[in-house]
Amino acid sequence: MDWFDSWGVTLAVFLPAAGMVVVLAIPKAQERALKVTTLATTLATLAVGIAMLARFDYDRTGVLQFQVNKSWIDVINSRYHMGVDGISLPLLLMTMLITVMCVIYTWDHFPDPRTPKAFLALILLLETGMNGTFCAQDLILFFIFFELVLLPMFFMIGVWGGPNREYASIKFFLFTLFGSALMLLSFLALFFLSDPQTFDIPRLAAQGGGGIVASTQNLIFVGMFLGFAIKVPMFPFHTWLPDAHTEAPTVGSVLLAAVLLKLGTYGFIRIALPILPQAAHDWAPWIGLLAVIGIIYGALCCLAQRDMKRLIAFSSVAHMGFVMLGIATLTNFGINAAIFGMVAHGLITGMLFFIAGSVQERYDTREISRLGGLLVQAPRLGWILGFCAMASLGLPGLAGFWGEFPAVLSAYDPAAGISQVTFRVYMVVAAVGTVLAAGYLLWMFQRVAFGTVKTEFEGAHVHDVHWPEWIAWTPLLIGIVVLGIYPNLIFRITDGAVTNLAHGMATAIG
Amino acid sequence: MNPVFDYHALAPELILTATIVVVLVADFFFGERERFQTSRLATIGVLAALVPILTLAADGTTRTMFGGAYVVDDYALALKGFFLLVAYITLLVSVDYIGEGDYYQGEYYFLLLSSVLGMVVMASARDLISIFVALELISVPTYVLAGWRKHDTKSNEAAIKYYLFGVLSSAVMLYGMSFIFGLSGSTLLSKIGQYAARPDLPPLFAVAIFLTLVGFAFKISAVPFHFWAPDTYEGAPTPVTAFLSVASKAGGFVAILSLIYFGFFGTKEAWQPVLWALAAASMTLGNLTALRQTNIVRMLAYSSIAQGGFILAPLAVAADGNAGRSAFEAVVIYLLIYGAMNLGAFAVVIAVARRTRSGEISSYSGLGQTAPVLALLMSAFLFALAGIPPLAGWFAKFVMFRAIFEAGTASAYTLGVIAAVNSVIALFYYAGVARRMWFRDPSESGVEALPASTPPALGIALGLSAAVVVVIGVYPQLFARIGEVAFPG
Repeated sequence: MDWFDSWGVTLAVFLPAAGMVVVLAIPKAQERALKVTTLATTLATLAVGIAMLARFDYDRTGVLQFQVNKSWIDVINSRYHMGVDGISLPLLLMTMLITVMCVIYTWDHFPDPRTPKAFLALILLLETGMNGTFCAQDLILFFIFFELVLLPMFFMIGVWGGPNREYASIKFFLFTLFGSALMLLSFLALFFLSDPQTFDIPRLAAQGGGGIVASTQNLIFVGMFLGFAIKVPMFPFHTWLPDAHTEAPTVGSVLLAAVLLKLGTYGFIRIALPILPQAAHDWAPWIGLLAVIGIIYGALCCLAQRDMKRLIAFSSVAHMGFVMLGIATLTNFGINAAIFGMVAHGLITGMLFFIAGSVQERYDTREISRLGGLLVQAPRLGWILGFCAMASLGLPGLAGFWGEFPAVLSAYDPAAGISQVTFRVYMVVAAVGTVLAAGYLLWMFQRVAFGTVKTEFEGAHVHDVHWPEWIAWTPLLIGIVVLGIYPNLIFRITDGAVTNLAHGMATAIG
Repeated sequence: MNPVFDYHALAPELILTATIVVVLVADFFFGERERFQTSRLATIGVLAALVPILTLAADGTTRTMFGGAYVVDDYALALKGFFLLVAYITLLVSVDYIGEGDYYQGEYYFLLLSSVLGMVVMASARDLISIFVALELISVPTYVLAGWRKHDTKSNEAAIKYYLFGVLSSAVMLYGMSFIFGLSGSTLLSKIGQYAARPDLPPLFAVAIFLTLVGFAFKISAVPFHFWAPDTYEGAPTPVTAFLSVASKAGGFVAILSLIYFGFFGTKEAWQPVLWALAAASMTLGNLTALRQTNIVRMLAYSSIAQGGFILAPLAVAADGNAGRSAFEAVVIYLLIYGAMNLGAFAVVIAVARRTRSGEISSYSGLGQTAPVLALLMSAFLFALAGIPPLAGWFAKFVMFRAIFEAGTASAYTLGVIAAVNSVIALFYYAGVARRMWFRDPSESGVEALPASTPPALGIALGLSAAVVVVIGVYPQLFARIGEVAFPG
């Protein structure tokens, strides 16, 4: 299995791309062959992920495993350096799982216009981009994968989206591109200021910003911050998100919420914090501030929404606020919570968007006020919605709790040198946010699921959960429960890597 | 002293010249129906001229002729190869366009190849006179080509405008060159370079450089000397437009590159501000005007003005900090990638116009449904031009930013920010066409699609450009290496 150690990551990243080429070669009339190829590719990719999980050395989670380091663009000193450690492994696996479930979910529900070939090809291309981002260990490589997800998502929203899709797709594209242009400039600046000059993430992290003047560090950090914060998205850069989510087809929303947002937070943990610890330290209170504003603002917006998908989209802003608060503490505890929160949010919000899609398919509307009595007409769907709403609001025993609660708690005691008072205020505000979350989620559940069926849908025949939905949802639901009961499954993987990171930052700051 | 002829070094030029003569003469002997054979002769000639380029590159020695006025080094070879490949693709996209319309064929290829000969000479020219001769050899045939659709008033306007602006710019340029010769006492760039490194230069030298650069600014259609370009591009036959926007523009850039690196490098105060202003204005105005275009060729014309600004940006800071080498590489790499992206985009425009007989952007509505392959290729070229990874354009932008960072001055950073903002603006109109193609219904196109297939030659041109755009996007090392080798210092 030696070959797997050196080829595993490459397989995980490029299998979907290879599958995409095959899909493009199959004539579009052969719908079945297209679906089977896509499913087989994503399953094979997931199998690679599981094999990586099996061969992963859990005693050394802080060390890059399955490393590849080959020459790529020598002229600019950028290398094909890929690898997986405890921070990226859970996210990588979550991505692979969600992608498979998306393919299964679309099996019989292709959004209009029904062109499965293009749609499936885009899902596969998207997977290459997402997996690649979590594995890249070179800034330029990271940038390429980070950007690779833009085009497929742009087309997914624009071609298969709702009535306002053109506006939403270009808004998404322009916002993210603006951020990544600044991010690229920051990467270049880092390259020229590092000594010896390199784009290699572990080597840059080892330098820890040494030799770069504090004011310059801060400027470079701002560039990266904008790139990542727009992707997360943090308040006030979040305005593209509700539009993109509302207009995107179900699978697009799921992938967007479950994975694409994580690329931003992952960028903070993988790149911004370890490479520029001093600047991260200086900016931490401000990041924390934006994070808690996001928590409260997202929650208040949720209370005002009438559209189910828009509500879930704003709840993402709030939840990602908790993740960012955890990151902003710069502590071992906070960052572990943040990574857990990313995985939990991926599973839970992914599920919520699936359900919203299924509701829309059945009732042809997502208008909360027009819905009601879901539990009467489709009890299983209703209860799954209830379950996910509970998970999302952070009910202990389900996955959401372990993302939210430790993140709030970590703000009690931020890293040395960061104002405790400020963060304790943030903690209180964030705690209020959890109450609001319970409010808007339960209220939504109540309006959609309880009560009697509205007159307009009284006679309508509403199908309860279909078999593709069962297959697609069961693993995610099991994941939510298992991670809720035994969170150590993830903490055990992340902890070593995060301890290294926090330790490295503490030493660099001195 | 008798001039020494190195026949190996001059082989590409000689082969091209022979082909030009053969094409012109052969045209008399072909009947009306066999006229298209001239295009085959031209293609064979262009490909044959690539052979000595490869043998010279394998040989690797720098060959200097005519007292230093004509140099065949790696830089010259890299660009000669580029020009010949661009010529090959232009021939491929021309064959059916010219063959099917009611056009003269033999003369078309004769003129096209003459212009290519000018470019091949330009890559080696290291002397004001040979640069000027090469530039006129590039330009004069294209004045005629621009008016090739002679029954179309737009084409006539295109040719006249282009001709008048071209002649004016040549005059300004020559005026500047005469001052340079008068001051430095030589037309050789190497001698001018020695003169420019002196500490006590008269202000007139700066004026001379300014006039010369202004002349070239017309040729590369940099703002504010760009007025001819959109009208000429729109009126000229589309294959000629593709050729003008890539090859002839690159010819101008090569001349600027040679002049600056071999001649003016020592007096950066004289040329850096000029190029800085041209670059910033071209990027910004080109992009903002492109946003408002409704005709695809005019949009591409303004986009190529903006792209020209991006190519100029590294040159504008070339003598600051350590940017010398990376700015040179950036220009060469950008030109190579830009050639593939833009030729590809024009090839799609030609292929689409065969179906729709229209150049309006609205006629691209629903192309993703009616012609998915063309729509896919067009999206690839447009997003490459916008610089979205993993398509080749990102690397072009990347090397540009790298040069700006290596310069490291405040003015360089300002230009970098202008370039960054512009690349976001540019996305808007490139993505706008993609939106039409994929998000709209074919019924919105307002044209009746004819059942025209894409001819094989055009297909090869599309395939080659697309291959470059994808392969270089994923593995840029290939072009990066060419850029690295080309640096003469």
